[in-house]
Amino acid sequence: MTETATAITGEKARIGAPSIAGFTEEGENLSPLNDPAGSTGRPTVRIPDSSRAGRPTSYKVEDFAPLTGREEDWRFTPLKRLGGLHKEALTGAAPTVEVQATAGVTVETVGMDDARVGSAGIPEDRVSANGWNSAAAATVVTVPADAEDVRVTVTVTGTGLEASAQHLVVVAGPNSRAVVVLDHVGSAVVAENVEIDVRDGAALTFVTLQGWASDAIHASSQQARIGQDAHLKHIAVSFGGDLVRVTPSARFAAPGGEAELYGLYFADAGQHLEHRLFVDHSQPRCKSNVLYKGALQGQGAHTVWVGDVLIRKDAVGTDSYEANRNLVLTDGTRADSVPNLEIETGLIDGAGHASTTGRFDDNQLFYLMARGIPEKAARRLVVRGFLNEVIQQIGIPELEERLNETVEAELAATDS
Amino acid sequence: MSTLEIKDLHVSIETEQGTKEILKGVSLTINTGETHAIMGPNGSGKSTLASTIAGHPRYTVTSGSITLDGEDVLEMSVDERARAGLFLAMQYPVEVPGVTMTNFLRTAKTAIDGEAPSLRHWTKDVKTAMADLKIDPAFANRNVNEGFSGGEKKRVEILQLELFKPKFAILDETDSGLDVDALKVVSEGVNRAQEKNSMGTLLITHYTRILRYIKPDFVHVFVDGKIAEQGGPELADRLEEEGYDRFLKVQA
Ligand SMILES: Nc1ncnc2c1ncn2[C@@H]1O[C@H](COP(=O)(O)OP(=O)(O)OP(=O)(O)O)[C@@H](O)[C@H]1O
Ligand SMILES: [Mg+2]
Repeated sequence: MTETATAITGEKARIGAPSIAGFTEEGENLSPLNDPAGSTGRPTVRIPDSSRAGRPTSYKVEDFAPLTGREEDWRFTPLKRLGGLHKEALTGAAPTVEVQATAGVTVETVGMDDARVGSAGIPEDRVSANGWNSAAAATVVTVPADAEDVRVTVTVTGTGLEASAQHLVVVAGPNSRAVVVLDHVGSAVVAENVEIDVRDGAALTFVTLQGWASDAIHASSQQARIGQDAHLKHIAVSFGGDLVRVTPSARFAAPGGEAELYGLYFADAGQHLEHRLFVDHSQPRCKSNVLYKGALQGQGAHTVWVGDVLIRKDAVGTDSYEANRNLVLTDGTRADSVPNLEIETGLIDGAGHASTTGRFDDNQLFYLMARGIPEKAARRLVVRGFLNEVIQQIGIPELEERLNETVEAELAATDS
Repeated sequence: MSTLEIKDLHVSIETEQGTKEILKGVSLTINTGETHAIMGPNGSGKSTLASTIAGHPRYTVTSGSITLDGEDVLEMSVDERARAGLFLAMQYPVEVPGVTMTNFLRTAKTAIDGEAPSLRHWTKDVKTAMADLKIDPAFANRNVNEGFSGGEKKRVEILQLELFKPKFAILDETDSGLDVDALKVVSEGVNRAQEKNSMGTLLITHYTRILRYIKPDFVHVFVDGKIAEQGGPELADRLEEEGYDRFLKVQA
């Protein structure tokens, strides 16, 4: 696509680099101090000490200062539209949780003092901590060790707009193979914590769908712990809700793990869809690949993508790449896109990032129209094609079909 | 019989330095069944003519006309032109990520015919056309032009030509980038389309090589935005020997 708005802010730095393995000349641009500018056409302002390693974590909401909106991790979020998730105790009724699973999977409702709660992460922001403190119980879904072809669908249905908290723990037992879909529907104002524990040798595909009703407010902290030689494919799909903020973090607990983080979002007029992810490479020989793609249409459609990748000193042999691509369909939208890559060791296989935000490629449109395809249909083909790259990663035909339909419905809204 | 008529066409583009006139009065009439070759130096405006006929928005027609059987082509949108029977095989076919060839071909065919092709026949037609052009069947599942080699892109343009059956085809340097065998295969494809649909062809090329396979009825020399000379097939041979010097000198 054409890079109109602000084009590429960074491109792949790969193997075969000049001096240090894993580095190209671009390496010097990858420091967090040299902001790979946002993609709105204005350079984004950076708070100098923003190293992801230094960010506080705590189970206690008091350990996080009240939000002002100037914090590095909240600067793009309209706090006024958070429905009080960052301020008040979350006393509303939690959305209902319904789990469908293949045989062998256990589903439990446990107290927040259960040992499995907290096994995959500690809250990294105030809203997450607030949710943690307010949750009355946690749903724990466990895929047994060595299980194959496991399918789980967790349907979270919001039933009201009182601020509430939700906690979910998914444990993929050692060497299991599973697909877990977390499906959010209905109306809710919810601070959600999701823990994803991928044990040694397991391969888990975790899909989180944000298809909320249009008044929903959703802040979801999704923390994954990836065991030895384990593999997590995390896919975030956001198209519903008024304000959705998903913050997936992937941490490697042992060498040889792999994390793929994909995302797909479609923001309409007035919608705020934010995805901030963190890949923490603290172990040797782990791999990560991030690709988020989004489309924006309508006045006030706002998307935010922030990709923090931290390659720590011990993470030798890391191979990591992250990209965010946005397609702007109409005027009046805003796409913020900030890749942050911090590298503390030169002994890596590769690390790179890319971010593009652009309008339609007129040449693609011309090509399709020159084959008789009317403009509207040609535009749809291009958008579908653009988003398809992520949909194709899911590997579950019914879900791919459903997402294709969702994209269709979103596109149909443009025409009216 | 159909006629594509270009009369005193002037075309300009907007550049950073201002408006630049590229076509400076092109007149050309093509009937179905005829093959016209256009040869001319780099930058003389050949692709501009081709893109203008197809309706690329970058080019502004400042005066003159293009008609298809008397209908004003310039009034038509890009897709209407294609549906009216004009086809441009592009010098640089565009990659469309995420859209498979199968989906694209079916969508375009449906748009051109105004109805979806019968599935059974269509699948067979596509297979046959691909086999004739020696295109690997695996290409059907690949995204439009994405990662295709230069020669593969050109074959796929001709694949579309055969499947969409236009009245007039403009081939913009379809022969460049083709190896000897591919040149033959592609030329045969053009000839098949011409025989079956009595297509009119405007063939833009730098080489007489392709004219051994696709016999032109007329050869036009394109220099500095105009047709400088017209003749029969023998003109092509003369150009190959002499180059464009005598035209450029006149111009200087
Ligand atoms: N966007 C543009 N900006 C500036 N000049 C342009 C632009 N597009 C075309 N031109 C100029 O218009 C002229 C004609 O270009 P065109 O591509 O039609 O030539 P051509 O005859 O097809 O050449 P070739 O044989 O190399 O394919 C060239 O001088 C070219 O540089
Ligand atoms: Mg050209």
